[in-house]
Amino acid sequence: MKQNLYNYILGIADNSLILGQRLGELTGHGPSLETDIACTNISLDLFGQVRSYFQYAAKIAGDDRTEDDIAMLRKEREYKSVLLVEQPNTNFAYTMARQFLFDVYHLAFLAELQKSTDLTLSAIANKCIKEVSYHERFSSDWIKRLGDGTEESKAKMQEAMDGLWTYTDELFHQTEADKAMVVEGIGVDVTKLKDAYYTRVSAVLEESTLETPESKWFQKGGKEGIHTEHLGYLLAELQYMQRAYPNMEW
Amino acid sequence: MSEEQIKNLEVQFEARIARDEKIEPKDWMPEKYRKTHIRQMSQHAHSEIVGMLPEGNWITRAPSLRRKVALLAKVQDEAGHGLYLYSACETLGVSRDELYEQLHSGKAKYSSIFNYPTITWADMGAVGWLVDGAAIINQVPLCNTSYGPYARAMVRVCKEESFHQRQGFEIMMKLANGAPEQKELAQDALNRWWWPSLMMLGPTDAESIHTEQSMKWKLKRKSNDDLRQQFIDQTVPQAELIGLTIPDPDLKWNEERQSYDFGEINWDEFWQVVKGHGPMNKERMKARVGAWEEGEWVRDAAMAYAEKKQARKQKQAI
Repeated sequence: MKQNLYNYILGIADNSLILGQRLGELTGHGPSLETDIACTNISLDLFGQVRSYFQYAAKIAGDDRTEDDIAMLRKEREYKSVLLVEQPNTNFAYTMARQFLFDVYHLAFLAELQKSTDLTLSAIANKCIKEVSYHERFSSDWIKRLGDGTEESKAKMQEAMDGLWTYTDELFHQTEADKAMVVEGIGVDVTKLKDAYYTRVSAVLEESTLETPESKWFQKGGKEGIHTEHLGYLLAELQYMQRAYPNMEW
Repeated sequence: MSEEQIKNLEVQFEARIARDEKIEPKDWMPEKYRKTHIRQMSQHAHSEIVGMLPEGNWITRAPSLRRKVALLAKVQDEAGHGLYLYSACETLGVSRDELYEQLHSGKAKYSSIFNYPTITWADMGAVGWLVDGAAIINQVPLCNTSYGPYARAMVRVCKEESFHQRQGFEIMMKLANGAPEQKELAQDALNRWWWPSLMMLGPTDAESIHTEQSMKWKLKRKSNDDLRQQFIDQTVPQAELIGLTIPDPDLKWNEERQSYDFGEINWDEFWQVVKGHGPMNKERMKARVGAWEEGEWVRDAAMAYAEKKQARKQKQAI
């Protein structure tokens, strides 16, 4: 099995999986019917992407594992998602800030992944980028609305941005699988996305009358499977059925 | 307008409905027609919105990615139904905020079935199969109802509901044909959802207060008891097909009527839930009111932002 490629795909897909799961928690509880529909839709897009990636990963593994085994039967240390996406839905400001901080990265990442020499990955990227450009438009619009809305919403959005900022730098860290895939022309060199990312984020924050956080203290570890305490609970729900009723079809 | 003129308009109005013409928002209509439609359509919209909760309850725990995606899409459809049913209500001059207020204060009703808990994954199958099944039986006749916006909304709603119903049945079929543990889950869900689904088609004709007028306006085309019989006759063979047992010892095919006879429905339970004392009434309202109140600052911000943007545009235009 091409272990590096397999790990590389999981690294990409786990971000969508964990973020999709977080958004799925909110269905039926949004601040308005329209935002409820939009957040559910984004979750739906992300899980659709996850399925494409994991089906491909299962093929590469070449044994009898399925997309669901990969999604739901790994241990907590085996999930490679960044810390940002597992952060909880503290309130709508946190949910939108988390979404925006991920979307800006995700969009730039997929634009590069489209150029991958791996045709399956470039095809998936090509399909996903249409969805993600909508996600980015949606979340950046909400950053502006909440940032430049009322005093209360501005304070809440600034707090969320400040709180989540510490998780942004990890997006640009490279794992061993990343480095190997870059060399082969399959993977994206995420270090090269960093400057444009912070430029775009700062521009939106400025338009939203928000301060760009200045903290240079960053958290990382998710990509190596060292997560925050939040992930365990999320996985407990995600995996519940597969653990309680093993080896069954649904 | 004199009483005679109004009487005249009413006669013409009823004649139009009798000719199967559609009534549109700008047409003259009797006040009672308007009120009855707001009541029924908003009740339907509220049911869609509250109905998102028992199913949303299993999104994070769906057993496979395929099921998770299907469930997300289904709950999203329900939100969409709510949205265009509220819009249809707005054509009769009532705002969505007013309707929410009626829901949150307990003045407006929603389908009582959503006051039952979804405690296992099999409930996602049972709700789709039985609850959406009963809803379709209620709603298909409404595709020809007299009020245009409602009729058109129902065409779309029914298409999506029948997709959901097939999806629910497919979940049940998979469970019923699966491991013994899965079959147990399926049978248990059927046991719990069967009777509430029958109640969902409304009180017996003798106790139904709105039927006669609603029949005339094509808001209702068959009586509750007829709809219930139709639902039972349609569903029993489906249960047999997948090897599940309907939890009614009195259920028996009646050769003469070419229909199933069935046991006594526990109407005390029905009225208990309708009156707000079902297993989940308080939780459902708490979730709806909670989402609304917690979302207030977000809606305020969106409004303030839109106003600022508009003001900036106007300033630039001068």
